[in-house]
Amino acid sequence: MRYLPLSPADRQQMLGVIGVKKIDDLFSDVPVDALNADIGLPDHAGELEVERQLGAMAAKNQTASSGPFFVGAGAYKHHVPATADHIIQRSEFLTSYTPYQPEIAQGTLQYLFEFQTQVAALTGMEVANASMYDGSTACAEAALMARRITKRSKVILSGGLHPHYAAVTRTNSELVGDSVDVADATPSGTEDLTGLIDENTSCVIVQTPDVFGNIHDVTDLAQVAHEKGALLIVAFTEVVSLGAVKSPGAMGADIVVGEGQSIGNGLNFGGPYVGLFATRQKYVRHMPGRLCGETLDADGQRGFVLTLSTREQHIRRDKATSNICTNSGLCALAFTVHMTLLGEVGIRRLAMLNHEAACKTADAISALAGIELVTEQFFNEFTVRLPKPAHEIVETLAEKGILAGVPGNRLWPHEEALHNLLVIAATECTRDEDISALKNALEETLVEAV
Amino acid sequence: MAMNSQGRPTAPAPASQAAASDKTFSGNKALQIEETLIFEKDAFGSTGVDLAEPKNIPSRLGDLRRNDDIGLPGLSEPEAMRHFVRLSQKNYAIDMGPFTLGSCTMKHNPRLNEKMARLPGFSDIHPLQPISTVQGALELIATLSHWLTEMTGMPAVAMSPKAGAHGELCGMMAIKAALEARGEAGTRVRVLAPESAHGTNPATAVQCGFKVDSIPADASGRVDFEAFKAKLGPDVAGIMVTNPNTCGLFERDIRAIADAVHEAGGYFYCDGANFNAIAGKVRPGDLGIDAMHINLHKTFSTPHGGGGPGSGPTVLSAALAPFAPIPFVVQQNGKFDLVETRREAGSSDGAEGANTFGRMTAFHGQMGMFVRALSYMLSHGADGLRQASEDAVLNANYVLARLKAELTPAFDGHCMHEALFDDRFLKDTDIETIDFAKAMIDEGYHPMTMYFPLVVKGAMLIEPTESESRQELDQFCDSLNALARKAKAGDTEDFKIAPKFAPRRRLDETSAARKPVLRWTPTVARSEAAE
Repeated sequence: MRYLPLSPADRQQMLGVIGVKKIDDLFSDVPVDALNADIGLPDHAGELEVERQLGAMAAKNQTASSGPFFVGAGAYKHHVPATADHIIQRSEFLTSYTPYQPEIAQGTLQYLFEFQTQVAALTGMEVANASMYDGSTACAEAALMARRITKRSKVILSGGLHPHYAAVTRTNSELVGDSVDVADATPSGTEDLTGLIDENTSCVIVQTPDVFGNIHDVTDLAQVAHEKGALLIVAFTEVVSLGAVKSPGAMGADIVVGEGQSIGNGLNFGGPYVGLFATRQKYVRHMPGRLCGETLDADGQRGFVLTLSTREQHIRRDKATSNICTNSGLCALAFTVHMTLLGEVGIRRLAMLNHEAACKTADAISALAGIELVTEQFFNEFTVRLPKPAHEIVETLAEKGILAGVPGNRLWPHEEALHNLLVIAATECTRDEDISALKNALEETLVEAV
Repeated sequence: MAMNSQGRPTAPAPASQAAASDKTFSGNKALQIEETLIFEKDAFGSTGVDLAEPKNIPSRLGDLRRNDDIGLPGLSEPEAMRHFVRLSQKNYAIDMGPFTLGSCTMKHNPRLNEKMARLPGFSDIHPLQPISTVQGALELIATLSHWLTEMTGMPAVAMSPKAGAHGELCGMMAIKAALEARGEAGTRVRVLAPESAHGTNPATAVQCGFKVDSIPADASGRVDFEAFKAKLGPDVAGIMVTNPNTCGLFERDIRAIADAVHEAGGYFYCDGANFNAIAGKVRPGDLGIDAMHINLHKTFSTPHGGGGPGSGPTVLSAALAPFAPIPFVVQQNGKFDLVETRREAGSSDGAEGANTFGRMTAFHGQMGMFVRALSYMLSHGADGLRQASEDAVLNANYVLARLKAELTPAFDGHCMHEALFDDRFLKDTDIETIDFAKAMIDEGYHPMTMYFPLVVKGAMLIEPTESESRQELDQFCDSLNALARKAKAGDTEDFKIAPKFAPRRRLDETSAARKPVLRWTPTVARSEAAE
């Protein structure tokens, strides 16, 4: 077995040193009838066999790069520089542990410090942590953090919050006894949440760009929330938007959470991704997750350590701010490398290329008879209303090799009024011919439908 | 899961001077190159990607266009590559040497797994693509689920948890939902957990709205069964037990514990962090448990990556399976489908997820980790997985046998996959566990888990895993024995100032926490500096 260095002779010799006859003597605490149970699985296989078996499964999937691709709503197809994937495969990053021994983990710690700084800069916030599992769990943790800070128990969710983020937040908040109010979905982005905020409200969670693609100025909402003693949490699913759209920090957000997948990380069918979590300095001791801080070593040289760990489960146990332990270290590294290559110049260009692609796509298809553009102000994602359920059209187009977007029923399965909606994303990967292909296929399909 | 600085932040005395001859003009030391932060490289106006300058396009951003200075430097590709490679060389890694962090299972990470996870058919598909276009992805999840349920002897598995602690949350949420269905969620509020438990256990229970009640360990390092029974009552929701436990011991009374907690109306959550000791040897389902998370990044070799991503699929008993989270994969008429809503789940009459507690994460779990874990499992097969567990236990016992004359084992007898020592052998030496650990760094080893579990004073928990050869273990044991002898001989100076040869000496964690500096900030306004 290629992963096991011990030879039969080694094993025998080692059993002798230990002073037992056979390996099962070391398993003597296991109930006899439970030991060596037959497991109905095949025996070992060589690299070639495994590659064939997994390759066959992989071949059954239609990849994002195989044709025109417009699927977003929480995960986005972007180009990741080759450098990023190379760096995260270096042994010293790939096969290291959480940096508990800082003297021999400065590599991990320094990039985490850089990551935290990049995330804080992008979100316009003062501090960011060293990552969460993904955007949705970061969102849920933010609601719990607001509960700790305000000692209140009512969470208000915008109808523009990704429904899966809303569901995850509800699952977590209701467990600790919070009530969760979800506003109705308003595809045109005209929602007003101010009336829902009262003296029991711990936080309002609003997403921008929202799940339909609308971008929002939340300055007034922040003000109303603060007047009532509640926190404003701003979520996003597309981090590239922060290169073009006013930052949540500049609009008064108290906590900013989002998905960082777009930078450095592939689609991966939903994971692993990297949750971003930023807040104000004054709330830092209420934050969940790991934090990396700067310090000096015994020789007076600058170095980095995990810090404020008295918030964390391994020290505080039942009084911890969160149970999170392992987070998304390597995905955070991919983010850091890609963002380091981009820089401010690059992220702004990337953002505008995305915006340009989305504007072109929206212009092209909203010109078709029967298609109504629902979102007016958007970044790289927008929503159209079709004359029939969108999933039917998406299926038809998928057969033609075009992945047209996310149909309403996938996001709001029980709200039929939204089933004719199609959420469409475009990025720097979207070519003019992809847009033409989408337009032509939609036109054909709609003509057939009439 | 390691708690290496448990309550013991280092605060070294300042300026223990390196000999003048140790210094270089550059600050570099041969292969150790000092590296500044990206923010200190005067690269705020540059970029390392070739993207077209955007044309004058009609903007739909209205008055929300971002105009402020973001503050992100951009490095050219060679600069970026050099930056991150230099950083990487300041890290210890399993590919460099033994990484014996107890309870963390730092085993070899096969590169075949990386190659498989990067097949475009897995890495370049979107979680919300039409189901018809991702049949192979769902097949992979279903196949891994099958392997995990067979390995554990459990009827169902929730695949969406993103890491071990998230899996714990999944299991405890299922327990809470099951209690709710019985109308007892309001009364059963207490969760029992041994003192030796991982910190995530009590933290998870509290995150589910439970109160935690600690159970003491007996003299053998296991759950004190009588004390546990005395704590059972009508307000107990369940128990969280790690098995093998964090002392590296199999809980001999595990079936009696399961029976007692069930009889009292509670559920049995098993922390599966240490599954690597028994995978392929023992099916937890045969021991009476109701839920257990599996750290794919421990037992099934997906890389730890300096702190994630992990993956924590959670197996569930028949009693808890109906409460499993959405989404999950089902197979009908040769086609795979994804159940994503409560309503759909509820139509599957009493089966997995019929009374789901809801959603834990945006999508379907850590697909990239699923591919790697399945690649590992297929490679090992049933026979190899059993052999791996046996070798992990053999290696730990070999370390225990080879160190017990110089170090002090915390408990008598054999261990499972990790060997636990206390600090009695350092008595009267003026050296603490942390000094011993830091001295290991100078010997070229990553320290073991220290000061955990809490039930042992000055704990040193060594988990070699099956990936170490006998020769490597011999060298490791020789080094630790030599260090122990040196400490006992009163030769303590090197321990106190260790590590001497690492990229950094001991770091001041105390002042880092007192005045946290969590990001880079410019000391001089950049515009002024440029003038």
